[in-house]
Amino acid sequence: MSFTTTKLTTAMATAGFALLGSGLAAQEITYMCSSDGTECATAREIFDRFEAENPGVTVVVDEVPYKAILESLPVQLAAGTGPDMAKVTDLGGLSQYYLDLSPYVDAQYWEDSFGGTLDWYRKGADDNGIYGLHSQLTITGGYANKTLFDQAGIEMPGGDATWDDWAAATRAVAEATGTDFPMAMDRSGHRIAGPAISYGAKLFDANGEGKLVDEGFTAYVQKFVDWHNDGTMARDVWAGSGGSSYQDAAQEFINGELVYYYSGSWNVAKMDDNIGDAFDWVVVGSPCGSGGCSGMPGGAGIVGFEGTEHPELVAKAIDYLAQEENYAEMTAKTKNIPAHLGVASKGVEYPGASEGAANALNAWAAQVAKVSPVAFQYQGYKNNRAMFNITVERVTQAIVGELSVEDAMARAAADLETALAEAN
Amino acid sequence: MLMILEPIMRVIEVPMKFLQTALRLKNPAWLFLFPNLVLFGLFAFLPILVNVAYALTGSDGILLSDRPYVGMQNFTDLMACESYLDPNSCKDDLFWRAVWNTVWFTTLQVGLMVGFALITALILNRDIRARGFFRAVFFFPVLLSPVVVALIWKWILQREGILNAWLDGLGLETFNWLLDRDWAFGWSVFLSIWAHMGFYTLILLAGLQAIPRDVYEAAMMDRASPWRAFRRITLPLLMPTMLVVLVLATIKGVQTFEEVYAFTGGGPGSATTLIIQYVYETGFAGAPRLFGPAAAASLLLAFVLVVLTVIQLWLNRKNVDG
Repeated sequence: MSFTTTKLTTAMATAGFALLGSGLAAQEITYMCSSDGTECATAREIFDRFEAENPGVTVVVDEVPYKAILESLPVQLAAGTGPDMAKVTDLGGLSQYYLDLSPYVDAQYWEDSFGGTLDWYRKGADDNGIYGLHSQLTITGGYANKTLFDQAGIEMPGGDATWDDWAAATRAVAEATGTDFPMAMDRSGHRIAGPAISYGAKLFDANGEGKLVDEGFTAYVQKFVDWHNDGTMARDVWAGSGGSSYQDAAQEFINGELVYYYSGSWNVAKMDDNIGDAFDWVVVGSPCGSGGCSGMPGGAGIVGFEGTEHPELVAKAIDYLAQEENYAEMTAKTKNIPAHLGVASKGVEYPGASEGAANALNAWAAQVAKVSPVAFQYQGYKNNRAMFNITVERVTQAIVGELSVEDAMARAAADLETALAEAN
Repeated sequence: MLMILEPIMRVIEVPMKFLQTALRLKNPAWLFLFPNLVLFGLFAFLPILVNVAYALTGSDGILLSDRPYVGMQNFTDLMACESYLDPNSCKDDLFWRAVWNTVWFTTLQVGLMVGFALITALILNRDIRARGFFRAVFFFPVLLSPVVVALIWKWILQREGILNAWLDGLGLETFNWLLDRDWAFGWSVFLSIWAHMGFYTLILLAGLQAIPRDVYEAAMMDRASPWRAFRRITLPLLMPTMLVVLVLATIKGVQTFEEVYAFTGGGPGSATTLIIQYVYETGFAGAPRLFGPAAAASLLLAFVLVVLTVIQLWLNRKNVDG
């Protein structure tokens, strides 16, 4: 073989490998994302770096309304036409579609960093796979308008105050200051679960299956309905809608029409941006009941789907977000509580957040310790969304007087029986 | 026109004859109908069959292969009632609340709307000032999207809406219109009438204008009072149009969804939940997605709509046959 022939062959082989290599590397994956603030934009920034470090790889961030994640994504996944990755909140409900990342990532790092939240994405107790990066850890609890308490000259209930204490105090403040509503709670089955657990709701039977109605759950629902009837709770939020649709009361709190607002940690950025210096607000966590002072954990996570054509790349992209420095950046920019234990232990500096917002985020982080194990189990339960929806629908019927609390609870139990039979 | 078409048809005739001979087609009309039949089959007939299949199967699976056959169970569950007049006695109380809401909604909406549309058409049929302007004004809401209609009225009626601002300005007590079950239902009927009345007014106006003027002139010569002329001439001669309007409005009323859903979300509680919302929420918005009961409910609704459509076709034929 002459020197020229050898050179030509080598050049052709090199070109061939280069073409082959570029063909393999030119991969595109889609990330379906919904945003409460800057989640998708922050993910985009981090993925830009990921793309720069992995030439030929494109991550398309498809920002969609939250409703599309709740309603369209499950249908797409069932039909086999879903995206490669998505930010989901129905963590257990979609677990059948998740891609197991464990063959592609350092499983020990994930176990050490994300601990308990990994269970929320697993298919059952005997499943050890790694399926989701919990990108937003949230805790439900209350915000109080401190300025109104100061104006009324009424002392704000302390950390171990009960729901009854808060109801009495907020009624007094509202009366003294002419505020429209003493209290409000988001219209959501997730939100009412924490208080119900605090009143002793078990939410599971002996076999670990969902059981909505028991003495504790009914006791809190009865109080909740009574508070709507006596004007303690703003009727607009729960009674103003039908079905199981979500409704919040953030705007009422921001407008200063509300003394106490039971919602969650994800509202800090909104409160910080919209309230400004108008009044002082504080995070007061979850009031206590006879069985504790629990809120509900929750939030959103980033998962890959089994149907993807690029499982390795999907795992690599999610793993990139999970790395400590990237996760810390994502948490800081989106003003969320970290689920990454390493990031949490070092603390997060929130750039651009006011002192009040930073205090609020730290106050929320401190609430995690108060969360009942039942609440953690409920958050990871695959049929929890059915239980949330049934709660909203039936409790609303009791509030507006279509059903008595007793009948509403009987209906709720029957609805859950039907739902579990259909789902399993 | 014929001069243009003739050469084109001659050009087409050659390949068509060839095709007809080659394929031995006795009736080439089917060849032209075929694309439309395929589209109709795919997008109308097939979904109906799929809907029937869902109604006869259970579970929350979306693929039929994942859904076990349950026979008439979904229909039986929907129809299980001690008394159909009392939703609380039914196994699926929400379905029957939606059914009765739809019955009341349609009855009130159609009755009032056709009545107001008739009065409006009678006024607009007279030789009044700015008649064209008023015809446009009454028709304008028909052009709006149902969601826009709902949002407009929501902004007017909500707690801090325009109506309460006016009441407050006049020193009157404000009221949370959409939190009271009866008021929310009443306003839902009202906004639906507001949104659709213009369309039916237009149809009735056309009907009124088709009544020969000389009949009225003869009545005037006989000194018939306006009321008598209305009762003996206008109403009988307008009745065919009126019947079509009634049936059309009833079909549309039964199908109402978007505007009421965007207006009240079906609340307070289930006070304004109509049957289409029940189907949507059961099949798509809930968890798990209960496609079976949703499909069964939609088939029951389809049966009602078919009955109404047959009535409309029969009335149309009766009109044509005189």
